[in-house]
Amino acid sequence: MTEKYIIKQISIFSENKPGRLAAIAHALEEAGINILAFSIAEANGFGVVRALVNKPDAAYETLTKLGFMVSFTDVIAVAMRDEPGGLFDIASILGDAGINIEYSYAYSGKEGAVLILRVDRVEEGITKVLDAGGKLLGAEQFR
Amino acid sequence: MFWNREMETMGGDDLEALQLSRLKWTVRQVQNVEFYRRTFQEAGVAPRDIRTLDDIEKLPFTTKKDLREGYPFGFFAVPKREVVRIHTTSGTTGKPTVVGYTRRDLDTWSELIARNLTMVGLTEDDVFQNILGYGLFTGGLGFHYGAERIGMTVIPSSTGNTKRQIEMIEDFGVTAINSTPGYGLHLAEVAEEMGASLDTLKIATFGAEPWSENMRKELETRLGIDAYDSYGMSEMYGPGVAFECPEKDGLHIWHDCYLAEIIDPETGERLPDGETGELVITPLVKEAMPLIRYRTGDITRFLTDDCPCGRGKKIARLSGRADDMLVIRGINVFPSQIEHTLLSLPEVGDQYMVYVDRINHIDEMTIEVEINRNYFSGELAELQRLQKKVAGAIRETLNLRTTVTFVEPGTLPRFEGKTKRVVDRRGAIW
Repeated sequence: MTEKYIIKQISIFSENKPGRLAAIAHALEEAGINILAFSIAEANGFGVVRALVNKPDAAYETLTKLGFMVSFTDVIAVAMRDEPGGLFDIASILGDAGINIEYSYAYSGKEGAVLILRVDRVEEGITKVLDAGGKLLGAEQFR
Repeated sequence: MFWNREMETMGGDDLEALQLSRLKWTVRQVQNVEFYRRTFQEAGVAPRDIRTLDDIEKLPFTTKKDLREGYPFGFFAVPKREVVRIHTTSGTTGKPTVVGYTRRDLDTWSELIARNLTMVGLTEDDVFQNILGYGLFTGGLGFHYGAERIGMTVIPSSTGNTKRQIEMIEDFGVTAINSTPGYGLHLAEVAEEMGASLDTLKIATFGAEPWSENMRKELETRLGIDAYDSYGMSEMYGPGVAFECPEKDGLHIWHDCYLAEIIDPETGERLPDGETGELVITPLVKEAMPLIRYRTGDITRFLTDDCPCGRGKKIARLSGRADDMLVIRGINVFPSQIEHTLLSLPEVGDQYMVYVDRINHIDEMTIEVEINRNYFSGELAELQRLQKKVAGAIRETLNLRTTVTFVEPGTLPRFEGKTKRVVDRRGAIW
């Protein structure tokens, strides 16, 4: 039931230096993989590039072959009202349920704003959002 | 000023006769150590073969590695009940080098420190703040007892808490400080920020890490002091082996207690005076831990000109190492210690690069390591936890705060044969 809403984000380790993101993007372009949303999290000297792509398995294989360190992370994608209060709707549903948002990034989807969320309890997060009348995007919508 | 004019100025035949008789004593004393009985036999020499000072060339060298293999008490030449103090230095594989002292050794060590501090003009009227670590490190206690021997008012402030150090200098009317040169500059900066003028300070002695003439100028100007270079190592008691006099042109090594040679580090051949090579020292009066031809790893040369102060032959200020040992904030670091620590952590690879910089006059070490793919979860928070873990493990081994950063797997250089894993970028200070 909740499974179809679990989206595989690819997380790529990257040193924080010029050209690394270009190298990742170029590799995905060569493999004909489309990046739908992405963000960069940065620590001291290195970071993690997080991306939603249309072909996660192919992306994993392509990048790993090139020597990148890649892993999958389960995230959820919530359709967000693109007006004041939109973020509050979603954040309060999860907050009230005691589910922690570890990180998130937004992207403007084909049919409006989408919030990508990494939460500590993925399945419960999905149920709570659906129960509260929220709209989740399914994994197939990122293909 | 002299503490012991007779010994400090002894030269010529008198000195040679004293050195020879003490060398003969030392050669007999080391026969209590299994390592030396063995190496003497292998070299085909016996104590009776030492008839002149030059005969020392027949004797085998002792290396830091030898001492490490003797852990803990393998190099002690006296029964343990005669050992009244132990100090240690950091080791390369987790095991430190242990050094021991008899009561007379401590007495000799204090005498040498007293000579050094008197030589730079300090007397019982001075207030001496000793800003070196107290404990197993020889710097703190070594200077402490020497300064007390002179009768100075000694403040055992040890390291850390710079503001408090500055308050003490001002409140206690401190006239002399002793620290690493890097810390000296840090002290100057913080004092300037605090608006403390440190008016009472007049002399500072700096050691435990190399420092340049430019740094001397800066220290002297900013702290309003005369700055003197200090040299030593735990294997030779600790600090106090050689020291600058007011000429500030090379360091007087105490020839009545240390027989110094300069050798070619590659061939082991002794070099003539004036040529640069590795300093090799045979201590002449050490009881608990006598050593024969100890290879210090430090690069220097004998200065051939006589010093106007009347003391003996000097060595040039230290300019580098014959091995890959690094001195970071006064602490000895061998790159192999880092390697050993990384090997014990499955989350990271065993390849690494070390970068050493001097940032705001303080040595900073950055270690780059590769993460093991199997441990990459994709979460940044986990990487940061791992970063802390690695830095913590290295801190435990080296007793040193370092910055650990991760690089992509397979990107660090792989070395065949001679490795070049350390990039020391502090060179600009010279």
